[in-house]
Amino acid sequence: MLLASLRPENFGALDMASLLPNTWPALDQFDYAFLDGDWGLWTINIIIFVMGTLVVQLVTVSLAGYAFARLEFPGKEALFYIFLLQLMLAPPVLIVPNLTTLVQLGLYDTLIGMMAPYWGSAFGTFLMRQTFRAIPRDFEEAARIDGASWWQILTLVLIPLAAPGLIAFSIVSVVFHWNEYLWPLMVISNPDNQVLTIGLVGFALGAEGASDWGLIAAGTLIVVAPLAIAFIAFQRRFVNSFVSTGIK
Amino acid sequence: MPYALLLPALIFLVVFTYWPMLQVSLISTTDARRYGDIGGFIGADNYVRLFADEDFRGALVNNALYAVGTVVPSIALGFWFAIMLRRSGAVTSFCRAILFFPTLMPLVAASALFIFIFLPTIGLADYYLAKIGVRSTNWLGDPSIALWSLVMLTVWKNAGYYMLFFLAGLQSLPEDAEEAALIEGANWWQRQVYVVIPMLGPTFAFVTVIALINAVIQIDHVIVMTQGGPNNATNLLLYYIFQEAHEFFDLGKATAATVVTLALLLVLSMFSLRTMEKRVHYEG
Repeated sequence: MLLASLRPENFGALDMASLLPNTWPALDQFDYAFLDGDWGLWTINIIIFVMGTLVVQLVTVSLAGYAFARLEFPGKEALFYIFLLQLMLAPPVLIVPNLTTLVQLGLYDTLIGMMAPYWGSAFGTFLMRQTFRAIPRDFEEAARIDGASWWQILTLVLIPLAAPGLIAFSIVSVVFHWNEYLWPLMVISNPDNQVLTIGLVGFALGAEGASDWGLIAAGTLIVVAPLAIAFIAFQRRFVNSFVSTGIK
Repeated sequence: MPYALLLPALIFLVVFTYWPMLQVSLISTTDARRYGDIGGFIGADNYVRLFADEDFRGALVNNALYAVGTVVPSIALGFWFAIMLRRSGAVTSFCRAILFFPTLMPLVAASALFIFIFLPTIGLADYYLAKIGVRSTNWLGDPSIALWSLVMLTVWKNAGYYMLFFLAGLQSLPEDAEEAALIEGANWWQRQVYVVIPMLGPTFAFVTVIALINAVIQIDHVIVMTQGGPNNATNLLLYYIFQEAHEFFDLGKATAATVVTLALLLVLSMFSLRTMEKRVHYEG
């Protein structure tokens, strides 16, 4: 893919299969790819979508995870099952009714509307519950003796200790939403709100035969590069985060 | 106070999961034509139309084939990679990273690349197969092959992901069972088949559930590569829903198909909640 994206365009179709570049790498393909698409705008949109989703998620899942991990209250088990069940009722299946809801709320064709269904992440809640439960209670006891309120305990003691869980959740959430295609395709119609994956597909479907192979490879690389670089830099962290999606 | 902490997450869960489930069940019995409309009650008409639709029945069959076709090989491969790369070291962690990489890639990006791999005659697949004397194949254009071409892409993309769960499972296995088998003279194969696989039972169950859910919810490659064709050979349930809603604007069939798909997932979830519950109890 990397090699294909760096080769000039007029190589014979069969050359596609030869994985060694036969001429000096040409950055032309990237020029074309950049010129043909509004990659800058799509990138800004996807960053807004991914970060806007994540920031709210971190708040909601920390609070709910803490409640399930540390507090006792009537109906706890039933509520917990309501959360658990959502893990199976995967959001993509609900695209049609969720779109109906967005229209009713006046959020159709907005980035906010794209984020909102993910703000109450059952997976994140579950992950944070497990993370909080693994933290020894001694820390809270000590803080309580020193006169800290529950809010201080949560924000100053527990959340810093739960950082590994929050980071794991963040990585999985960012990867998932960065790569998402179907939901943005349903929600967004205004070109100004499009994201990278949609741009890439428009690009790929507009391509004509094998001669555009280099162009598509270049476009793909633009979409994949940010996550790939982060992955190479923090490989172990990424892998561990995805293992924790197995709800250890 | 505990309820106040749960409220933010719960509101979004209710508004975007449980309320939609209720709403879609209601709308599927009405003649609503636009998003946001409720429409008038028409009973089971939409469901009658849905099951009379050959494309929908085709999508059910395709999705079943696709599920079996992707779940079995991707789990087998994931497990195989895990037992091969079990020991940690520089080489194995490099291999793990390579195998995991497809998971990080958007499915649409993988699809865009696979379109070119699957081009008849000049694509990578045919190019290399021709070298060993295999005739050119119409990977995405032949109705009897196209679904299996998508299966190949899915297995390639997901096997490395499932590998991670097996690696985690292997890490948590007690060593003495395998040592005992070794002392009893069991060879490597016997140890995998009689000791490792049975002890990884919960992991297999869990990964199977994830893989089955993925077989229902991942359709980006259908949209990009085949649009359900040729001749509806690659039409999957969620793609059918997407098409009815987004292209044919037949909200009746789209909502009815959503309810059917949700029912299938609910059956699946009954099964998986039980496996998960076991895991929670073991480790919590």
